[in-house]
Amino acid sequence: MALIDLANPTRFLALVARALPWLAAATALAFACGLYLSWFTAPDDYQQGATVKIMFVHVPNAWLAMGVWTVMSIASIGTLVWRHPLADVAAKAAAPLGAAFTFLALFTGALWGRPMWGTYWVWDARLTSVLVLFLMYLGIIALWRTVDDPSRAGRAAAILTLVGAVNLPIIKFSVDWWNTLHQPASVIRLGGPAIHPAILTPLLTMALAFGLLFVTLHLAAMRNEILRRRVRAMGLMQAHAAQGA
Amino acid sequence: MTALAALLVRDMRLAVRIGGGALMGVLFFLIVVTLTPFAIGPDLVLLKRIGPAILWIGALLASLLALDRLFAADHEDGSLDLLLMGSAPLELTVLTKALAHWITTGLPLVIATPLLGLFLNLEPQAIGAVALTLLAGTPALTCIGLIGAALSVALRRGGLLLPVLVLPLTVPVLIFGVAASNAAITGSGFGAPFMILCALTLGSLVLGPLAAGAALRQGVE
Amino acid sequence: MLRLSATGLGCVRGFRNVFNDLNLQLSSGDALALTGPNGAGKSSLLRLLAGLLRPSAGRVAFEGDTDEGAVAERAHYLGHLDAFKTALTVGENIEFWIHYLGGEHDAAPALAAVGLESLEHLPAAYLSAGQRRRLSLARLIAVSRPLWLLDEPASALDSAGQEMLAGLMRTHLARGGMIVAATHGPLGIECKELQLGRSNQ
Repeated sequence: MALIDLANPTRFLALVARALPWLAAATALAFACGLYLSWFTAPDDYQQGATVKIMFVHVPNAWLAMGVWTVMSIASIGTLVWRHPLADVAAKAAAPLGAAFTFLALFTGALWGRPMWGTYWVWDARLTSVLVLFLMYLGIIALWRTVDDPSRAGRAAAILTLVGAVNLPIIKFSVDWWNTLHQPASVIRLGGPAIHPAILTPLLTMALAFGLLFVTLHLAAMRNEILRRRVRAMGLMQAHAAQGA
Repeated sequence: MTALAALLVRDMRLAVRIGGGALMGVLFFLIVVTLTPFAIGPDLVLLKRIGPAILWIGALLASLLALDRLFAADHEDGSLDLLLMGSAPLELTVLTKALAHWITTGLPLVIATPLLGLFLNLEPQAIGAVALTLLAGTPALTCIGLIGAALSVALRRGGLLLPVLVLPLTVPVLIFGVAASNAAITGSGFGAPFMILCALTLGSLVLGPLAAGAALRQGVE
Repeated sequence: MLRLSATGLGCVRGFRNVFNDLNLQLSSGDALALTGPNGAGKSSLLRLLAGLLRPSAGRVAFEGDTDEGAVAERAHYLGHLDAFKTALTVGENIEFWIHYLGGEHDAAPALAAVGLESLEHLPAAYLSAGQRRRLSLARLIAVSRPLWLLDEPASALDSAGQEMLAGLMRTHLARGGMIVAATHGPLGIECKELQLGRSNQ
């Protein structure tokens, strides 16, 4: 009775062990720079004052919400087409992170909107699309947790992820259409006025910082998932050995 | 009789003989429409305004009803294994089951719409518009629901998992179905949203069986 | 003369290696009995041959066939479940499988071969466990396919039923068919044996 061959994941674990400290340090550094730039060098908005700076957290999170689904989609292709052992580990580890970033995007979006609109939520097109994306993340996580066998859960989640990837542009288009039907164009857009250089640098730095945060957390989560699966395999071996005795 | 025709007849026969499938869906639809005025008050003007939306949401939820048994019933008695071993392509087999489901669940909802529209004080023109958009849109709801049904096939306690997986994907169909209905009522702009609704249905007729077939293959392993 | 060959088959369920590098060859008229303890992989091997389970390694094919899907379309799979609908009559169940799986025979002779001809118009829900097993066997008679993959076919059958089963299997082999059957006891026909278990890892 042999453990399934985990040679690839073993090399991966060694790589992660070496890379994680550097990635964590780079993340911290990027956040330090980004926060400094956002707070001190970016100008206040003439209308919104200092609250516009929530944008520096909200926008990168919104980008990551989409970006993580892209990462999951690529991992799903890896699961379905090549049955690569690391692919569904990558997909499973990414889902809660994506959900968290999406939630942060919604949360900071609501915080940003409150001073402007007077309420926390006005169903504007962009935030509503992100809300639907959040629901889809939760659906994927629910699927992972409901199917017992990890490899079957992986394939089921992979199919749903790809179906979601195809649907996301359609949903975005539909929500935009729906929004123009029901709300006049004079509602303040979350994007604010045109982006000019003084805003661009802090924004991109924060985007880089959040991106590094994702990579760091993702690799750590993948490592944890691999270890979790090893524990599970050992448990199965033990049960099977006891049956034959 | 060809293989797929036999499957269609069998599924429709089963839907009729087991648990009154069609009537159950219509009954649920009626209940949803009845609950709404309890929640928002018997304001006829308001009901007429949101009537198309209530009918669409009711139809959407009712469509999902029989879906969780679509593949699970076959999986539980071992028929699903044999369906995969026929000579017809799996995607066509799945599409045939979807067609049987739509004829026995979706179509009755469309037929029940005029009666329910009366409860919501809708004009005949509005009723016609909603019925037409439901006719065009319920196949999309069935095909998208197929994906959730196939993904949850081997789970003994799917429960709310299927709706959780499927409902976000139905948002575009809902948006354009209601938009087309409202456009027909106000008298302008029906064409564009209706065309998009039809496009969504055609797209889901392809994507749904493809994804459901892939999900079934991994589900029987 | 048809030949089935499986080379280098590996099977992984959960994260457990059930078996690997398994080979088998069958020609027309051959029967193979799969024996071994529970969990050894008998059912998994049958599902693998039926195309319901993807092997982790190796391939299964009929001699001369380059398209692997062809095995599933030319095999009957008889699992632990009996694959019929209780809401339909006995006759409706068999007729459905005849049409769906592409059989050329009628329902009545197939039901007669397993002793269920008088029950054709009864709802399948009224059948006993042994009669349900016979109904599954009727499916194998009604639709001709060269390869029979049987998972403990004699379970739920009384001794008369087991003799009938042995007779059906002999007829099938005499017509050039092949049988792979997982079983805990003797099948009642001449066959080769493949033992699955610890020694096969």
